[in-house]
Amino acid sequence: MNNVCILKEAGLRQMVAAALFTCAALPPVAQADTARIAAASDLKFAFDELKPLFEKANPSHKLELVMGSSGKFMQQIENGAPFDVFFSADVTMPKKLVDSGKAVAPVTPYALGRIVLWSAKVDATKLTLKDLDRAEFRKIAIAAPDHAPYGARAKEALVNTGMWPKVKSRIVLGENISHTAQLVDMQAAEVGVIALSLALNDQLARKGAYHLIPEDLHSPLEQAYAITHHGKNNAAAQAFADFMRTPPARQVMKRYGFLLPGEKVR
Amino acid sequence: MNGTPTTLGLTGEEWLSIALTAELAGLTTIILLVLSAPLAWWLTRTGSRWANAVSALVSLPLVLPPTVIGFYLLLALGPQGAVGGTLERLGLQHLAFSFTGILIGSVIYSLPFAVQPLREAFAAIDPRVLDAAATLRASAWDRFFSVVLPLSRGGVLTAVVITFAHTVGEFGVIAMLGGNIAGETRVVSIAIYDHTQALEYGAAHRLSAVLLGFSFLTLLAFYAINQRVMSPVRPQ
Repeated sequence: MNNVCILKEAGLRQMVAAALFTCAALPPVAQADTARIAAASDLKFAFDELKPLFEKANPSHKLELVMGSSGKFMQQIENGAPFDVFFSADVTMPKKLVDSGKAVAPVTPYALGRIVLWSAKVDATKLTLKDLDRAEFRKIAIAAPDHAPYGARAKEALVNTGMWPKVKSRIVLGENISHTAQLVDMQAAEVGVIALSLALNDQLARKGAYHLIPEDLHSPLEQAYAITHHGKNNAAAQAFADFMRTPPARQVMKRYGFLLPGEKVR
Repeated sequence: MNGTPTTLGLTGEEWLSIALTAELAGLTTIILLVLSAPLAWWLTRTGSRWANAVSALVSLPLVLPPTVIGFYLLLALGPQGAVGGTLERLGLQHLAFSFTGILIGSVIYSLPFAVQPLREAFAAIDPRVLDAAATLRASAWDRFFSVVLPLSRGGVLTAVVITFAHTVGEFGVIAMLGGNIAGETRVVSIAIYDHTQALEYGAAHRLSAVLLGFSFLTLLAFYAINQRVMSPVRPQ
């Protein structure tokens, strides 16, 4: 049944739906050995590349990627969402989930992220945060600081440069960091603070350049993952966590500008 | 996420979300017809002083932001909630982030769209027709199925089409309650939102076009059928 039909559990739902819809033409949904990964959206392009690499190296395992803000995932996992691994954009949130019993220790650091100024309208390589009060920047996009770590660091950097009070009224908030990139990409905002890992992908690199925001302007974007309570017996979840430590995976992460555990600060 | 279109220019993942949406809307429509027919009938015939309160309750989803419905449902159906918690204690799964959860959400969210057309159709039935059927010794059930329903077929059809279409167009409740899980809660509207946020404009365009086409054709069919079916049925 699982191979021909999207229905999963027996019961009323299946009976009525099976009577309603012929499922034969629908694509298969793998169940065994599928790990559902909740990943912070700065990982979007890197994980899109890692998924086929992982599945090729582990033919019995499959990944299902769901991208979003770390804060949203924390809230959802807290409320019982069926994710197997949580790749957060910070360390605090997976730790909190371990404390509340929704994830299992250890909380493993996997990357250090960076934020950049990016624009599809002007050449951002020539910009610094100090330029953001220029009149041409009517809207400045950052991720929501309350639940997106990249947004929290962006705000921190703006506060530390003394720019926050000057640009506060022009700030628009993306729900997560790739949504923030989308706002700038569509030029709804003239400029934005996004993840280096997103700015390095072709899709965005074609349209605009970036300025790396100095690390000393914000606390480090140390990112960690934890296997959730839901995923603790999932072989694919463990295999993917292990895979992140392998050279091919590290190579992809490096290409997206992440500093990896065991590496020196540039 | 896997970007290569397959059948009819859509990817497997996109078909999955379309099939899921059809399943959700289909089941919601069936459940709501069964629930709404007696409810609408009662609302039409009753002289109860509770009728206004019940009408207001039924219509709440029309005015409440979907986020409110989604938030309360997440609280109630989640592992700590009254419903979800009870299920967990019984050794069952809680309902947040599940298909059953968003089905419950859809039934609540689309309730007024099923009740209202039925109510209007029932109200238009001449009570003398029912009295006549009663004098011919038709039982209450018999009167409902052989007199009321056939006379209300325009209203029933309206309820079916609008409930189905409204559920397909649902977003906020599922966004709050669903968790964006492929094959389980990632319906088309959620998939579009997800694709847009992930800078996957191609996929967002494809699915948006599907919904636009579907919605227009549904309404077109609805008005065409309405013109033909509704008018002759109306009692003179």
